[in-house]
Amino acid sequence: MMSIPAMTDMALQAAPATKARGYWATVGRRIRRDKVSMVCAFILALIFLSALLAPWLHLADPYQGSMIRRLRHIGTPNYPLGTDELGRDMLARLIYGGRLSLVIGILPVILSFVIGTTLGLIAGYVGGRINTAIMRTVDVFYAFPSVLLAIAISGALGAGIVNSIVSLTIVFVPQIARVAESVTTGVRNMDFVEAARASGAGAFTIMRVHMLGNVLGPIFVYATGLISVSMILAAGLSFLGLGTKPPEPEWGLMLNTLRTAIYVNPWVAALPGAMIFAVSICFNLLSDGMRSAMDIRS
Amino acid sequence: MLVYIARRIVYVIPIVISVALVCFLLVHITPGDPLVAVLPADASQELAQQLRVAYGFDRPLPVQFALWLWRAVHGDLGNSIATGRPVLSEVTRAVGNTVTLALAAASIGFTLGLLLGLIAGYFRDTWVDKVASSIAIAGVSLPHYWLGMVLVIIFSVQLSWLPAVGAGPGGSGQWAWDWEHIRYLILPAITTAAIPMGIVTRTVRALTGDILSQDFVEALRAKGLRETGVFRHVIKNAAPTALAVMGLQLGYMLGGSILIETVFSWPGSGFLLNSAIFQRDLPLLQGTILVLALFFVFLNLVVDIAQASIDPRIKRG
Repeated sequence: MMSIPAMTDMALQAAPATKARGYWATVGRRIRRDKVSMVCAFILALIFLSALLAPWLHLADPYQGSMIRRLRHIGTPNYPLGTDELGRDMLARLIYGGRLSLVIGILPVILSFVIGTTLGLIAGYVGGRINTAIMRTVDVFYAFPSVLLAIAISGALGAGIVNSIVSLTIVFVPQIARVAESVTTGVRNMDFVEAARASGAGAFTIMRVHMLGNVLGPIFVYATGLISVSMILAAGLSFLGLGTKPPEPEWGLMLNTLRTAIYVNPWVAALPGAMIFAVSICFNLLSDGMRSAMDIRS
Repeated sequence: MLVYIARRIVYVIPIVISVALVCFLLVHITPGDPLVAVLPADASQELAQQLRVAYGFDRPLPVQFALWLWRAVHGDLGNSIATGRPVLSEVTRAVGNTVTLALAAASIGFTLGLLLGLIAGYFRDTWVDKVASSIAIAGVSLPHYWLGMVLVIIFSVQLSWLPAVGAGPGGSGQWAWDWEHIRYLILPAITTAAIPMGIVTRTVRALTGDILSQDFVEALRAKGLRETGVFRHVIKNAAPTALAVMGLQLGYMLGGSILIETVFSWPGSGFLLNSAIFQRDLPLLQGTILVLALFFVFLNLVVDIAQASIDPRIKRG
């Protein structure tokens, strides 16, 4: 008698797990067949790796300026991408700039993915007053246009990398929490959750074991799409002078300091923005590719 | 319908109060004394205390909030620390310029977005769709402040066709709809239009595709309706959602104009916000954000009501 409920419980726990693995394998295969996604993944990998390995790439010193070599054009010998307004090598600064730009652009999404999913999962599963409390708070932050909210919080907290990451996280948590809540509400009444509850699983176990795997996919795709917005906003905050401080190489800040040089050497001044654009469009296309790969119907 | 409108308006009240609370608290999460910007560095303790009492900063926070909200409801958002002028008049003047920019950008972005979206959705998976979709995804991925810089480089620096910064000849504040002024509007408006163009295209493309794959379209074609007639049905079905997305985008353009206004020195609310932040002019910061956020809430309300009144499928009960 004792072993029967235990066995059912095990079977119930095992079933979604194996099914999930098969699903993700299918999604992975479909993504690998998509040319656009693969090209984007390759470009992103290249940018990430060069940022990561920057100190070993034999680049010029990104901080070392030179008064006599300011604003050299693209293609100048020894300076393949020219120099900036203080005579620093642009190629080195663009590659080193990736380190900070990618961190301040992506970290807010990762943080709000964790916080927002947790909040949305709790709100969607527990329901009732807790749902009302969480979702009404989320509504308040939704009442601000995201750019305005990010700039308002950063402006109030003051300039700095940490403050810019905090403000962007506050902007994205409500958005992810909303998606997580609606997905969770959809899954909550499905039969396998009902079965788990009937066999005596606690709320925490149900959320962690039975629901997380089923809601994570859509939230993950949504969050990947947010990275593009986050990159643009994070660099935008630095562009306004609310993020990174000079002389750190960071794409948004570089774009700001080079703005005065557009009459002297316009195309060098535009380079950092091209990097932000490249990363942002690759993440957008990758997110699109993932969305259609996860849509099993098609 | 009237009941629905009344309910929506009642629902907005707690949101408005919470938005005001967030704006109020923004100043109080600031590290340090809110008086830092007003006080000279060598001010005495007594003077600081006097000012604290004068501004009401010595009272408990809930009391300060209630007083601030009471004055705000009566149109008094305090005085700007930098200029000494009332915040409300500073903000209203700037918002006018932002509205001009947003409307110009909306007419460009929405027209292009609707056209591209309908074409892409109708000719799905053809080369036309691929081109339109690529334009759309570039629009949503562009760092708009960078697009602004690139446009200035091409049209102001290289070709000298259009002015790079400002909102009129001689830096005059008064806007007018003549060529002398519109010249200044073109580049900022195109820049602002990029993101909404992309988002509207993507939305309308998806909507059109979904509608065309529904059974009723098949039925319409089977009974012999021409393609132009089918198209009319597509537009009617896509309109409510497209309208909602466009309303939201208009709100983003009004509230999120700070980056573009900074690039083009466009004297709007975003530009004002920028100077408020860097001069640590807290009443001005608070007031500008409050006005812009309320604008956005109001716009959302209008969009909801408009959507419900043109779409019979939305329950109004």
